[in-house]
Amino acid sequence: MALTPEDEKRRHGRNRAIALALAAFVILIFVGSVVKMTNGVIPQMDVEIGR
Amino acid sequence: MMSDITYSSDEGSLAASRQASAGDYFALLKPRVMSLVLFTGLIGVIVAPGTIHPAMAVIALICIAVGAGASGAMNMWFDADIDAVMERTQQRPIPKGRITPQEALTFGLFLSAASVFTMGLLVNLAAAGLLAFTIFFYVVVYTMWLKRLTVQNIVIGGAAGAFPPVIGWAAVTGGLELPAWTMFLLIFLWTPPHFWALALFRSGDYARADVPMLPVVHGEKSTRRQIVGYSFLMFAASFAPLYFGIGGVAYLAGAALLGAVFLFVAFMLLREREGTYRWAGRLFGFSIFYLFVLFALLPFGPALMQAG
Repeated sequence: MALTPEDEKRRHGRNRAIALALAAFVILIFVGSVVKMTNGVIPQMDVEIGR
Repeated sequence: MMSDITYSSDEGSLAASRQASAGDYFALLKPRVMSLVLFTGLIGVIVAPGTIHPAMAVIALICIAVGAGASGAMNMWFDADIDAVMERTQQRPIPKGRITPQEALTFGLFLSAASVFTMGLLVNLAAAGLLAFTIFFYVVVYTMWLKRLTVQNIVIGGAAGAFPPVIGWAAVTGGLELPAWTMFLLIFLWTPPHFWALALFRSGDYARADVPMLPVVHGEKSTRRQIVGYSFLMFAASFAPLYFGIGGVAYLAGAALLGAVFLFVAFMLLREREGTYRWAGRLFGFSIFYLFVLFALLPFGPALMQAG
Protein backbone atom coordinates (compact mmCIF):
# COMPACT_ATOMS: atom_id res chain seq x y z
CA MET A 1 0.00 0.00 0.00
CA ALA A 2 1.49 3.33 -1.03
CA LEU A 3 2.19 5.80 1.72
CA THR A 4 0.58 9.19 1.73
CA PRO A 5 3.00 12.17 1.56
CA GLU A 6 2.26 12.86 5.24
CA ASP A 7 3.03 9.27 6.23
CA GLU A 8 6.17 9.36 4.11
CA LYS A 9 7.30 12.45 6.01
CA ARG A 10 6.61 10.79 9.38
CA ARG A 11 8.53 7.71 8.30
CA HIS A 12 11.57 9.75 7.26
CA GLY A 13 11.48 11.65 10.55
CA ARG A 14 11.23 8.45 12.55
CA ASN A 15 14.08 6.78 10.64
CA ARG A 16 16.28 9.82 11.16
CA ALA A 17 15.47 9.75 14.90
CA ILE A 18 16.37 6.03 15.11
CA ALA A 19 19.67 6.63 13.30
CA LEU A 20 20.53 9.54 15.60
CA ALA A 21 19.58 7.56 18.73
CA LEU A 22 21.76 4.62 17.67
CA ALA A 23 24.66 6.97 16.85
CA ALA A 24 24.27 8.61 20.27
CA PHE A 25 24.27 5.16 21.91
CA VAL A 26 27.52 4.22 20.14
CA ILE A 27 29.13 7.53 21.13
CA LEU A 28 27.97 6.99 24.72
CA ILE A 29 29.54 3.53 24.91
CA PHE A 30 32.72 4.80 23.21
CA VAL A 31 33.16 7.80 25.53
CA GLY A 32 32.38 5.70 28.59
CA SER A 33 34.89 3.05 27.58
CA VAL A 34 37.60 5.65 26.94
CA VAL A 35 36.99 7.24 30.36
CA LYS A 36 37.11 3.84 32.07
CA MET A 37 40.34 2.92 30.28
CA THR A 38 42.01 6.23 31.09
CA ASN A 39 41.11 5.51 34.71
CA GLY A 40 43.03 2.25 34.43
CA VAL A 41 40.12 -0.14 33.95
CA ILE A 42 41.38 -2.21 31.04
CA PRO A 43 39.18 -5.16 30.04
CA GLN A 44 41.13 -8.41 30.23
CA MET A 45 40.28 -11.99 29.45
CA ASP A 46 40.43 -14.33 32.43
CA VAL A 47 40.87 -17.46 30.39
CA GLU A 48 43.43 -18.59 27.91
CA ILE A 49 42.08 -19.06 24.45
CA GLY A 50 43.43 -21.34 21.74
CA ARG A 51 44.66 -24.32 23.69
CA MET B 1 -4.38 -9.53 34.32
CA MET B 2 -5.98 -7.20 31.80
CA SER B 3 -9.29 -5.67 32.84
CA ASP B 4 -12.62 -6.47 31.24
CA ILE B 5 -12.56 -3.28 29.26
CA THR B 6 -11.71 -4.31 25.75
CA TYR B 7 -9.20 -2.45 23.71
CA SER B 8 -10.19 -2.88 20.11
CA SER B 9 -7.14 -4.41 18.48
CA ASP B 10 -8.81 -4.27 15.07
CA GLU B 11 -9.32 -0.57 15.37
CA GLY B 12 -5.83 -0.22 16.79
CA SER B 13 -4.09 -2.08 14.03
CA LEU B 14 -6.12 -0.33 11.36
CA ALA B 15 -5.23 3.07 12.70
CA ALA B 16 -1.67 1.95 13.43
CA SER B 17 -1.16 1.45 9.71
CA ARG B 18 -0.60 5.21 9.76
CA GLN B 19 3.09 5.86 10.23
CA ALA B 20 4.06 6.70 13.77
CA SER B 21 6.29 9.75 14.11
CA ALA B 22 9.40 10.06 16.27
CA GLY B 23 7.27 12.27 18.52
CA ASP B 24 4.86 9.39 19.12
CA TYR B 25 7.72 7.22 20.34
CA PHE B 26 8.99 10.08 22.49
CA ALA B 27 5.51 10.38 24.03
CA LEU B 28 5.74 6.68 25.02
CA LEU B 29 8.62 7.63 27.29
CA LYS B 30 6.34 9.87 29.43
CA PRO B 31 8.71 12.86 29.15
CA ARG B 32 7.17 14.81 32.04
CA VAL B 33 7.65 11.94 34.47
CA MET B 34 11.09 11.41 32.99
CA SER B 35 12.09 15.02 33.75
CA LEU B 36 11.27 14.59 37.46
CA VAL B 37 13.11 11.25 37.57
CA LEU B 38 16.12 12.76 35.81
CA PHE B 39 16.19 15.72 38.17
CA THR B 40 15.99 13.69 41.38
CA GLY B 41 18.60 11.29 39.95
CA LEU B 42 20.89 14.26 39.29
CA ILE B 43 20.50 15.46 42.88
CA GLY B 44 21.36 11.93 44.06
CA VAL B 45 24.60 12.14 42.06
CA ILE B 46 25.43 15.61 43.40
CA VAL B 47 24.83 14.96 47.11
CA ALA B 48 26.51 11.53 47.20
CA PRO B 49 29.88 11.51 48.94
CA GLY B 50 32.83 10.81 46.66
CA THR B 51 33.66 11.74 43.11
CA ILE B 52 32.60 10.59 39.69
CA HIS B 53 34.00 11.50 36.28
CA PRO B 54 31.59 14.03 34.69
CA ALA B 55 31.22 11.80 31.60
CA MET B 56 30.23 8.89 33.85
CA ALA B 57 27.72 11.08 35.68
CA VAL B 58 26.15 12.05 32.35
CA ILE B 59 26.05 8.40 31.26
CA ALA B 60 24.44 7.37 34.57
CA LEU B 61 21.78 10.07 34.22
CA ILE B 62 21.06 9.11 30.61
CA CYS B 63 20.64 5.48 31.75
CA ILE B 64 18.27 6.55 34.54
CA ALA B 65 16.23 8.67 32.11
CA VAL B 66 16.10 5.98 29.42
CA GLY B 67 15.22 3.31 32.01
CA ALA B 68 12.36 5.50 33.29
CA GLY B 69 11.19 6.06 29.72
CA ALA B 70 11.30 2.34 29.02
CA SER B 71 9.10 1.74 32.08
CA GLY B 72 6.65 4.31 30.74
CA ALA B 73 6.49 2.59 27.35
CA MET B 74 5.82 -0.80 28.94
CA ASN B 75 3.20 0.79 31.22
CA MET B 76 1.43 2.12 28.12
CA TRP B 77 1.67 -1.32 26.51
CA PHE B 78 -0.07 -3.03 29.42
CA ASP B 79 -2.55 -0.24 30.14
CA ALA B 80 -3.62 0.30 26.53
CA ASP B 81 -7.14 -0.86 27.39
CA ILE B 82 -7.67 1.53 30.29
CA ASP B 83 -5.84 4.42 28.60
CA ALA B 84 -8.42 4.20 25.81
CA VAL B 85 -11.34 4.89 28.17
CA MET B 86 -9.70 7.52 30.39
CA GLU B 87 -10.02 11.10 29.21
CA ARG B 88 -6.58 12.00 30.60
CA THR B 89 -4.82 9.30 28.58
CA GLN B 90 -6.93 8.99 25.43
CA GLN B 91 -4.47 11.06 23.42
CA ARG B 92 -1.57 8.68 24.07
CA PRO B 93 -0.06 7.05 20.96
CA ILE B 94 -1.51 3.56 21.54
CA PRO B 95 -5.17 4.57 22.14
CA LYS B 96 -4.83 6.93 19.19
CA GLY B 97 -3.77 3.92 17.12
CA ARG B 98 -0.47 5.42 16.02
CA ILE B 99 1.63 2.73 17.72
CA THR B 100 0.55 -0.84 18.41
CA PRO B 101 0.90 -2.28 21.96
CA GLN B 102 3.42 -4.80 20.62
CA GLU B 103 5.60 -2.03 19.19
CA ALA B 104 5.50 -0.22 22.54
CA LEU B 105 6.48 -3.41 24.38
CA THR B 106 9.40 -4.09 22.03
CA PHE B 107 10.54 -0.48 22.33
CA GLY B 108 10.32 -0.62 26.14
CA LEU B 109 12.13 -3.94 26.45
CA PHE B 110 14.93 -2.80 24.15
CA LEU B 111 15.45 0.46 26.04
CA SER B 112 15.33 -1.34 29.40
CA ALA B 113 18.03 -3.78 28.36
CA ALA B 114 20.14 -1.04 26.80
CA SER B 115 19.94 1.24 29.86
CA VAL B 116 20.65 -1.50 32.43
CA PHE B 117 23.53 -3.07 30.49
CA THR B 118 25.11 0.31 29.75
CA MET B 119 24.85 1.28 33.42
CA GLY B 120 26.40 -2.05 34.45
CA LEU B 121 29.22 -1.95 31.91
CA LEU B 122 30.20 1.68 32.24
CA VAL B 123 29.11 2.87 35.70
CA ASN B 124 28.74 0.13 38.30
CA LEU B 125 26.71 -2.94 39.19
CA ALA B 126 24.94 -1.44 42.22
CA ALA B 127 23.40 1.32 40.09
CA ALA B 128 22.59 -1.12 37.28
CA GLY B 129 20.99 -3.62 39.65
CA LEU B 130 18.82 -0.97 41.28
CA LEU B 131 17.84 0.44 37.87
CA ALA B 132 16.76 -3.04 36.74
CA PHE B 133 14.81 -3.52 39.97
CA THR B 134 13.11 -0.13 39.53
CA ILE B 135 11.96 -1.00 36.01
CA PHE B 136 10.73 -4.40 37.22
CA PHE B 137 8.94 -2.80 40.17
CA TYR B 138 7.15 -0.19 38.06
CA VAL B 139 6.15 -2.51 35.23
CA VAL B 140 5.45 -5.81 36.98
CA VAL B 141 4.69 -4.97 40.62
CA TYR B 142 2.82 -1.68 40.06
CA THR B 143 1.41 -1.75 36.51
CA MET B 144 0.67 -5.44 36.03
CA TRP B 145 -0.14 -6.46 39.60
CA LEU B 146 -1.14 -3.74 42.06
CA LYS B 147 -2.72 -1.02 39.91
CA ARG B 148 -5.88 -2.98 39.14
CA LEU B 149 -5.89 -5.02 42.34
CA THR B 150 -5.70 -2.81 45.41
CA VAL B 151 -6.56 0.64 46.64
CA GLN B 152 -2.99 0.84 47.95
CA ASN B 153 -1.69 0.71 44.36
CA ILE B 154 0.03 4.06 44.28
CA VAL B 155 1.24 3.88 47.88
CA ILE B 156 3.31 0.76 47.19
CA GLY B 157 3.87 1.49 43.50
CA GLY B 158 5.11 4.96 44.40
CA ALA B 159 8.37 3.34 45.49
CA ALA B 160 9.28 3.01 41.81
CA GLY B 161 9.39 6.78 41.44
CA ALA B 162 11.40 7.12 44.64
CA PHE B 163 14.38 5.01 43.55
CA PRO B 164 16.08 7.43 41.07
CA PRO B 165 17.99 9.54 43.64
CA VAL B 166 19.26 6.31 45.21
CA ILE B 167 20.39 5.09 41.77
CA GLY B 168 22.18 8.41 41.24
CA TRP B 169 23.82 8.05 44.65
CA ALA B 170 24.85 4.44 43.86
CA ALA B 171 26.40 5.58 40.58
CA VAL B 172 28.87 7.65 42.63
CA THR B 173 29.52 5.48 45.68
CA GLY B 174 28.92 2.01 44.25
CA GLY B 175 26.75 1.24 47.29
CA LEU B 176 23.25 1.76 48.66
CA GLU B 177 24.10 3.58 51.89
CA LEU B 178 21.43 4.67 54.39
CA PRO B 179 21.54 8.47 53.76
CA ALA B 180 20.39 7.93 50.16
CA TRP B 181 17.23 6.29 51.44
CA THR B 182 16.12 9.51 53.15
CA MET B 183 15.57 10.94 49.65
CA PHE B 184 13.69 7.75 48.76
CA LEU B 185 11.48 8.19 51.81
CA LEU B 186 10.63 11.78 50.93
CA ILE B 187 9.43 10.90 47.40
CA PHE B 188 7.72 7.74 48.66
CA LEU B 189 5.59 9.70 51.16
CA TRP B 190 5.05 12.57 48.70
CA THR B 191 3.50 10.27 46.07
CA PRO B 192 0.14 9.48 47.79
CA PRO B 193 -0.94 13.12 48.37
CA HIS B 194 0.32 14.06 44.90
CA PHE B 195 -1.50 11.24 43.12
CA TRP B 196 -4.68 11.23 45.21
CA ALA B 197 -5.10 14.98 44.61
CA LEU B 198 -5.15 14.16 40.90
CA ALA B 199 -7.38 11.12 41.47
CA LEU B 200 -9.93 13.30 43.29
CA PHE B 201 -10.74 15.39 40.26
CA ARG B 202 -10.22 12.48 37.87
CA SER B 203 -12.17 9.88 39.85
CA GLY B 204 -14.76 9.52 37.07
CA ASP B 205 -11.96 8.54 34.72
CA TYR B 206 -10.65 5.89 37.12
CA ALA B 207 -14.15 4.57 37.84
CA ARG B 208 -14.81 4.18 34.10
CA ALA B 209 -11.55 2.30 33.72
CA ASP B 210 -12.30 0.11 36.75
CA VAL B 211 -9.08 1.13 38.49
CA PRO B 212 -9.49 0.92 42.30
CA MET B 213 -8.16 4.36 43.17
CA LEU B 214 -8.87 5.56 46.71
CA PRO B 215 -11.63 8.12 45.85
CA VAL B 216 -13.43 5.51 43.74
CA VAL B 217 -13.33 2.79 46.41
CA HIS B 218 -13.49 4.65 49.74
CA GLY B 219 -14.92 7.97 48.62
CA GLU B 220 -13.75 11.56 48.70
CA LYS B 221 -13.86 12.12 52.45
CA SER B 222 -11.54 9.23 53.24
CA THR B 223 -9.19 10.29 50.41
CA ARG B 224 -8.99 13.85 51.70
CA ARG B 225 -8.25 12.60 55.24
CA GLN B 226 -5.52 10.26 54.00
CA ILE B 227 -3.98 13.06 51.93
CA VAL B 228 -3.60 15.10 55.12
CA GLY B 229 -2.17 12.10 56.99
CA TYR B 230 0.45 11.37 54.35
CA SER B 231 1.26 15.08 54.06
CA PHE B 232 2.17 15.09 57.76
CA LEU B 233 4.38 12.02 57.34
CA MET B 234 6.02 13.59 54.29
CA PHE B 235 6.61 16.84 56.19
CA ALA B 236 8.36 14.94 58.99
CA ALA B 237 10.39 12.83 56.54
CA SER B 238 11.55 15.92 54.67
CA PHE B 239 13.91 16.72 57.56
CA ALA B 240 15.54 13.27 57.55
CA PRO B 241 18.28 14.11 54.99
CA LEU B 242 19.59 16.84 57.35
CA TYR B 243 20.31 14.20 59.99
CA PHE B 244 22.76 12.55 57.59
CA GLY B 245 24.49 15.75 56.59
CA ILE B 246 22.57 16.23 53.33
CA GLY B 247 21.23 19.74 52.87
CA GLY B 248 21.96 22.93 54.80
CA VAL B 249 20.17 25.99 56.11
CA ALA B 250 18.52 26.71 52.76
CA TYR B 251 17.09 23.21 52.67
CA LEU B 252 15.92 23.42 56.28
CA ALA B 253 14.15 26.71 55.58
CA GLY B 254 12.66 25.34 52.34
CA ALA B 255 11.47 22.12 53.97
CA ALA B 256 9.85 24.08 56.83
CA LEU B 257 8.27 26.80 54.70
CA LEU B 258 7.14 24.76 51.71
CA GLY B 259 6.09 21.93 53.99
CA ALA B 260 3.90 24.35 55.94
CA VAL B 261 2.30 25.55 52.69
CA PHE B 262 1.82 21.93 51.60
CA LEU B 263 0.04 21.16 54.89
CA PHE B 264 -2.08 24.31 54.59
CA VAL B 265 -3.24 23.36 51.08
CA ALA B 266 -3.92 19.79 52.25
CA PHE B 267 -6.03 21.15 55.14
CA MET B 268 -7.98 23.44 52.83
CA LEU B 269 -8.60 20.41 50.62
CA LEU B 270 -9.93 18.54 53.65
CA ARG B 271 -12.35 21.39 54.44
CA GLU B 272 -13.48 21.73 50.85
CA ARG B 273 -17.05 20.71 50.04
CA GLU B 274 -17.42 17.30 48.37
CA GLY B 275 -17.69 17.56 44.62
CA THR B 276 -15.49 20.68 44.43
CA TYR B 277 -11.86 20.28 43.50
CA ARG B 278 -10.27 23.71 43.54
CA TRP B 279 -7.86 22.82 46.35
CA ALA B 280 -7.24 19.35 44.90
CA GLY B 281 -6.01 21.01 41.70
CA ARG B 282 -3.90 23.42 43.73
CA LEU B 283 -2.37 20.63 45.80
CA PHE B 284 -1.52 18.62 42.69
CA GLY B 285 0.23 21.61 41.09
CA PHE B 286 1.96 22.70 44.30
CA SER B 287 3.19 19.17 45.08
CA ILE B 288 5.25 19.17 41.85
CA PHE B 289 6.72 22.57 42.67
CA TYR B 290 7.42 21.41 46.24
CA LEU B 291 9.42 18.36 45.20
CA PHE B 292 11.41 20.23 42.54
CA VAL B 293 12.36 23.06 44.90
CA LEU B 294 13.17 20.82 47.85
CA PHE B 295 15.46 18.62 45.78
CA ALA B 296 17.02 21.70 44.18
CA LEU B 297 17.92 22.95 47.69
CA LEU B 298 19.48 19.67 48.85
CA PRO B 299 22.98 20.25 47.42
CA PHE B 300 23.38 23.64 49.08
CA GLY B 301 25.46 23.54 52.21
CA PRO B 302 27.01 23.92 54.59
CA ALA B 303 25.55 20.80 56.15
CA LEU B 304 23.84 21.34 59.48
CA MET B 305 24.92 17.99 60.85
CA GLN B 306 27.98 15.82 60.32
CA ALA B 307 27.52 13.10 57.74
CA GLY B 308 27.56 9.54 59.01
